[in-house]
Amino acid sequence: MMKKVTLLAVAGSMTALTAAAEEVRVYNWSDYIDEDLLAQFEEETGYDLVYDVFDSNELLETRMLAGGSGYDVVVPSGTFLQRQIQAGAFQPLNYDLLPNAVNLWDVIQNRTAQYDPGNQYAINYMWGTTGLGVNVNRVQEVLGDDAPIDSLALIFDPANMERLAECGVHLLDAPTEMIPAALTYLGEDPDSHDPDVIARAEEVLAPIRPYVLNFHSSEYINALANGDICVAFGWSGDILQARDRAAEADNGVEIVYHAPTEGALMWFDMMAIPVDAPNPEGAHAFLNFIMDAHNMAAASNYVYYANGNLASQEFLEEDVIGDPAIYPDAATLENLYTTTPYEPRVQRVVTRLWTRIKSGT
Amino acid sequence: MNLARRTLIGIPYLWLLLLFLVPFGIILKISLSDVTLAIPPYTPTLDLTEGWSGIRAFLRGLDWENYVFLTEDDLYWKAYLSSLKIALISTFFTLCVGYPIAYGMARAAPEWRPTLMMLVILPFWTSFLIRVYAWIGILSSEGYLNQFLQWIGLISEPLQIMNTPTAVYIGIVYTYLPFMILPIYATLDRMDESLLEAAEDLGCSRLSAFWMVTFPLSRSGIIAGCFLVFIPAIGEFVIPSLLGGSSTLMIGKVLWEEFFSNRDWPVASAVAIILLLILVIPIILFQKNQEKEQEADA
Repeated sequence: MMKKVTLLAVAGSMTALTAAAEEVRVYNWSDYIDEDLLAQFEEETGYDLVYDVFDSNELLETRMLAGGSGYDVVVPSGTFLQRQIQAGAFQPLNYDLLPNAVNLWDVIQNRTAQYDPGNQYAINYMWGTTGLGVNVNRVQEVLGDDAPIDSLALIFDPANMERLAECGVHLLDAPTEMIPAALTYLGEDPDSHDPDVIARAEEVLAPIRPYVLNFHSSEYINALANGDICVAFGWSGDILQARDRAAEADNGVEIVYHAPTEGALMWFDMMAIPVDAPNPEGAHAFLNFIMDAHNMAAASNYVYYANGNLASQEFLEEDVIGDPAIYPDAATLENLYTTTPYEPRVQRVVTRLWTRIKSGT
Repeated sequence: MNLARRTLIGIPYLWLLLLFLVPFGIILKISLSDVTLAIPPYTPTLDLTEGWSGIRAFLRGLDWENYVFLTEDDLYWKAYLSSLKIALISTFFTLCVGYPIAYGMARAAPEWRPTLMMLVILPFWTSFLIRVYAWIGILSSEGYLNQFLQWIGLISEPLQIMNTPTAVYIGIVYTYLPFMILPIYATLDRMDESLLEAAEDLGCSRLSAFWMVTFPLSRSGIIAGCFLVFIPAIGEFVIPSLLGGSSTLMIGKVLWEEFFSNRDWPVASAVAIILLLILVIPIILFQKNQEKEQEADA
């Protein structure tokens, strides 16, 4: 299902232009909600919910900057949110319509305020880290029992990658995730905006390129779960979903997730209302519904991502709240870094570098 | 010339104006502007409420720097060349596969031809996207093709076809095959078979009769088919992005990246304008060929 999302979302959104008032149109990441919640929202509020999905921030941002997307709620990540706020893409939230905002978690709100000062435009939906998804048995077969499965050396040391190539490695097709990771491995500042420092990421990424099966931002869930690949560098919850799908399929595939010990990117997916949303009232109703402690807990229990909702924590299942891969302990939390949006000139350097790494040109 | 006749001639031109020249003008305009962080993300935008001064301000803001930029980075030329290569190779293979099929259809018993024609057209009833997705299921390392080849014992390790240029060629050949078959079938179907009898009477073997009579007579169909495959294949985005993996460089993907990753609509538009200019040459050749065809028929 998720392989088709990007293109289907493009096709699906063509129809979004004709939004009627009683509809609420939500544009969220693929595999990112318990779908029972969608039916429950319609039942409780009487709105018709149109729910489309995407799998890249870039795709969402282009639609926001084009204007007239027809969506009422969209879910950009922190740095993208910040830039889109600057472009005037969102409307301020009316907290009077969001009584459930009292459930929000101040720890997360303090962090998201760096993208959206005062949290005026968006609420946190989920947050997580970017790290290593490993098919333990296959990797140990290839690299031996002491394989560095919690270190960036697993994917950035060419000696490891050369051997892992036989069982398959996927990396995210997202330069804003991969380049900070490469810089972390080099001991540089992951949030550097200096083109000379960013260029050093190529030293890490170019030598391993021949051993990467694919750069893709959603295929790896199924590929890991099916045993088609043995390592993915991806988003925490996606990898934990792969772990669960493999366990359900009972196919002998055992997946673990580690935030790299060298440091991991911490990201926040934020729900915001486009400035030209056809139904802002319905959008607020959706945000308020999501911020209900039970609903938010149901979503996190389903997708294995931490959320920014303190009240929901008592309804979280033990394998979510108790899993340090999802709710990191204090030591891991210290090891997490955040990034800030690139300026257009630096963005071009980053994209160009990424194209050169992926295609060898 | 009376009014009715003028209107009749005018309609195609109006069509061309609305569906080609106006969009072209818009893209050209964007390609001459500068990127900015706003909705829409480029400047200058035309403000007609300002009247003439607005138009003058708009024109002052336009420049060619995005085109200069394209010449400074070798990525773009490499992408154009790589697309050209992929389109040429796939067109060649589509011809190799399509011609025998068209030939077989034209030589089949007349009562079978509508059914065969139907079979060629039938795949269009399924969404293009879904048909390309189906190839992922066939070509992936756990896919049907590898399972079959391993089952018959031809290979012991699965072949890596997905995410390679080979998968792109397979995808393009499969998708555009009907566009090759139909024009060739049309010319072969019209061919007078008594010409072949005459050739054989005059001592031609069947094979040389094919090369000396059938093939030259179907040339116009071959040319039409090749253009119908080549022109869309060069700008193809969906097939390389689904089947080709990250290492397949095509201009459609470069355009996507300019647009989505760099949010640079002006450069993306400049890339598109140059692609169009490159395609204008084969399109004009195609047009010339069609005109010659019509004259020959008349």
